[in-house]
Amino acid sequence: MSDLVADNVNMKFAMPTGGVVHALKDVSFTLQQGELLSVLGPSGCGKTTMLNIIAGFIHCTGGSFTLGDHEITAPGVDRGMVFQQGALFEWLTVAENVNFGLRMKNVGKAEMARKVEEWLEIVGLQGFGQTPTYQLSGGMQQRVALARCLINDPDLILMDEPLGALDALTREKMQSLVIKIWKETGKTIMIITHSVEEALLLGERLFVMAPRPGRLHKEYRLPFAEQGLTGDPRDIKNDAEFGRTKEEILTMIWDMEEEIMGKSEAA
Amino acid sequence: MIVGFLFIALISAFVWSVIYGRKIIRTEKTDAVFGNPVRALGGWHWVIAGVSTILIFWFYFSWDAARSYFPTAGNELCQVAKLNRTTNPIRSVFPLDNRLIQGTRLLKRDYLQIDLLEKQLARADFNDADKAELESIVAGMRGALAAQADPSLLGPAIAGQFADIAARINELVKDFSSDGYPGPRDEAMHAKAMAQPGWGETSVELPPLPMTDRGRKFAAASLEMARISKEYTAIKNQSTAVLANLEAVQTRYKTFVIDETGDQNAVAGRRLLLRQIDKIYKRIDDGKIFPREVTEPIEEALIALDAENKTQQGSLRYINVLAMPGGEILAGNNACSEQGSGRWLPKPSDTLRTFVRMADPDQGYKGFPLLWYKMKPVAEMIGFIVPDWIADLVPGEYPRHDSEGNIANNLKSKVYNFATGDYNSFSVPIPTGHIWDSIVRVLTGLFCGILLGVPLGLFMGLSRFAKGFFDPLIELYRPIPPLAWAPLILTIFGIHDDGKIFLLFMVAFSIMVISARTGATGTQLSKIHAAHSLGASKKQVIRQVILPNSLPEILTGIRISIGVCWGTLVAAEMLAGTTGIGFVENVARKQSDYEIIWMTILLLGLLGLIFDLVMRWVINRTIPWRGKG
Repeated sequence: MSDLVADNVNMKFAMPTGGVVHALKDVSFTLQQGELLSVLGPSGCGKTTMLNIIAGFIHCTGGSFTLGDHEITAPGVDRGMVFQQGALFEWLTVAENVNFGLRMKNVGKAEMARKVEEWLEIVGLQGFGQTPTYQLSGGMQQRVALARCLINDPDLILMDEPLGALDALTREKMQSLVIKIWKETGKTIMIITHSVEEALLLGERLFVMAPRPGRLHKEYRLPFAEQGLTGDPRDIKNDAEFGRTKEEILTMIWDMEEEIMGKSEAA
Repeated sequence: MIVGFLFIALISAFVWSVIYGRKIIRTEKTDAVFGNPVRALGGWHWVIAGVSTILIFWFYFSWDAARSYFPTAGNELCQVAKLNRTTNPIRSVFPLDNRLIQGTRLLKRDYLQIDLLEKQLARADFNDADKAELESIVAGMRGALAAQADPSLLGPAIAGQFADIAARINELVKDFSSDGYPGPRDEAMHAKAMAQPGWGETSVELPPLPMTDRGRKFAAASLEMARISKEYTAIKNQSTAVLANLEAVQTRYKTFVIDETGDQNAVAGRRLLLRQIDKIYKRIDDGKIFPREVTEPIEEALIALDAENKTQQGSLRYINVLAMPGGEILAGNNACSEQGSGRWLPKPSDTLRTFVRMADPDQGYKGFPLLWYKMKPVAEMIGFIVPDWIADLVPGEYPRHDSEGNIANNLKSKVYNFATGDYNSFSVPIPTGHIWDSIVRVLTGLFCGILLGVPLGLFMGLSRFAKGFFDPLIELYRPIPPLAWAPLILTIFGIHDDGKIFLLFMVAFSIMVISARTGATGTQLSKIHAAHSLGASKKQVIRQVILPNSLPEILTGIRISIGVCWGTLVAAEMLAGTTGIGFVENVARKQSDYEIIWMTILLLGLLGLIFDLVMRWVINRTIPWRGKG
């Protein structure tokens, strides 16, 4: 089983001014295969730092992340990443973006074409294979990014505010797509978001992180993602339980922000 | 003829496009607000207006339009210039172009000198008797000078010469104004004149022999005037009375004995003053000052001649002023030449003709065509590519001649012949010529610059070591103007292609390094992260992400490099070399051949434009995503 295990992870940055920023402090959790985790928190609480460490782009200064049997030390194909702006290669077409990972592995042409077709269909971009990516809308670009990441068949999918830049309607559609893919592929997904509503809708588990130092503040286990598979997301949002949890988390984050402001004012 | 039509067509095109443009502007005012860039789109009519303005100016100021409409004007104005030239020696004496008459001018100058001399004498260290004697000598000089203006001393012989000259000029004016002057034309001379090469056809810019009746008149008058001028300049005011005055003064200061007593400095000062007196005497004795009264008839005659000159020119004067701006036609000893813009701005039609002549591969320039092809055996090219030492690797010895003088070929010598291209083969056409040589140099230098500069630039964008290590080297040599390297590089490499190519390589290299580095450092981190998490290796990240991401900067760098290389090349070719556009221009400069100079300038502009258009096309084709990522 490829579970993601965080073992007492610490991350400190030395500032150019001489100080030390404690971005992550004693973060420990276990994310089992097939779980969908959303991470919430005020700005500066270390969400993106944690994701970058898991992706292998930076190294933590203490503790470790382990995926399956391997400790994470470098970027790898077992962890796929979806970025906020898509980070597509604009000099390539949609199909070339999607099969980028396969080309890096020198997969045969026929198989590559078959897989690209398959994934473009799943994300709803049939027939767009030869389109240059700079001609796509934001939502379509994010679909390409999703397909590009999934075609590599990673064990863990990391999403860094993937829907942040989209309009409300596209966002709802993309949320359904994420849940659909999660259920159909059984992948482990970790999604960072700023929207409490999105975190509640998507997260089977939900971490609320606190800043200064960045740490896990509270964990929830939520039923809404499961409901979202069959039910209408609007009904879920009108659910009393949903509303109550949303209020609770919002208050929590609000208080943290207040506290930071107070701290910086005192300083 | 064609130029005439073209000139009218250009003016019409200009007027039409301005009117059309005004109309469009009026409708645009309601379409879009000021500042909307859409308003600046399109507008071929303004391109036409701009191009025709340039061409109209060119045709006008080069006098090509004038030549086309008034083909004989140049030849006639040449005859007018001849008359002016031959009149000039007398003319310059009188206040026609100057403010003062020559005699007044000379008297003023010489009185001033004598005033100065008197002041020096007052300060000088002489005993009283000597000083009084010298003062009297200087006063005598002043008197002898003034006496030259006295008509009573002039004597009848010289006065008669003046009267004679005035009479001859008046006679000429009378002849000049009559229709028959200078008599029936000499058919042989006329045939010779008509056979002259036309205006601007050879390096002799204007045909000097008169081709029209009006021209013949001016030419004949100029001959007569040349004789009169010669006689006038020979006249000197050296009548017996004037000479007696002068000689009396001269004898007095020549016989003056300098007092040698006293200290050395005082004696030297005395000598100096005497030398000064001698110097001024030599100025006043050249006999160019005459009594005012005797020269006045000549002045009147000259004014009459000037008036007749204008009358006889007639419409030619207006052609000269209106159609031939920025200069005039001057006459020399044997020929006439255009001066001003008519000279340094060659006529468009002449420039085109020169270009057509030089474009003919049999003509070319300095025995080398501008752009043509030559047949080259394939063997030679293969021999150039295959290194000669291949033959050394073949086992065996090179053959030696035997006692009968025969040479037997073996495998080794056959391979050697192959490697040096020494065998018969078919030939293929290869481009050649001045233009081709220049282009090849630029492209080779550029190619080497790209080949080495882009990888180094990317490396510098990715590695702390490379950035730090190479940055000072490149930043130190980059700001040095390329031409500052030229003397050094041309000395080391010689005047052949390799030196110039190396110079261009240096120019292109630094630009390419900097643009590739900018491109590499400008890659979005998330794209590199994405590539890594999709399983790309370091090499693949460079090849698949950083290089394509830097392409816009690299291509812009190439575009800039071509421009700078082009400029550097021409300058380098001017310094040394035997082919190339810069060489052509430099040789033309030495011969003051304005047509070829302008032709090379236009050619360079045109080729630069073509290079840039090609690069723009390439940029649009290869990086359509630019600015949209």
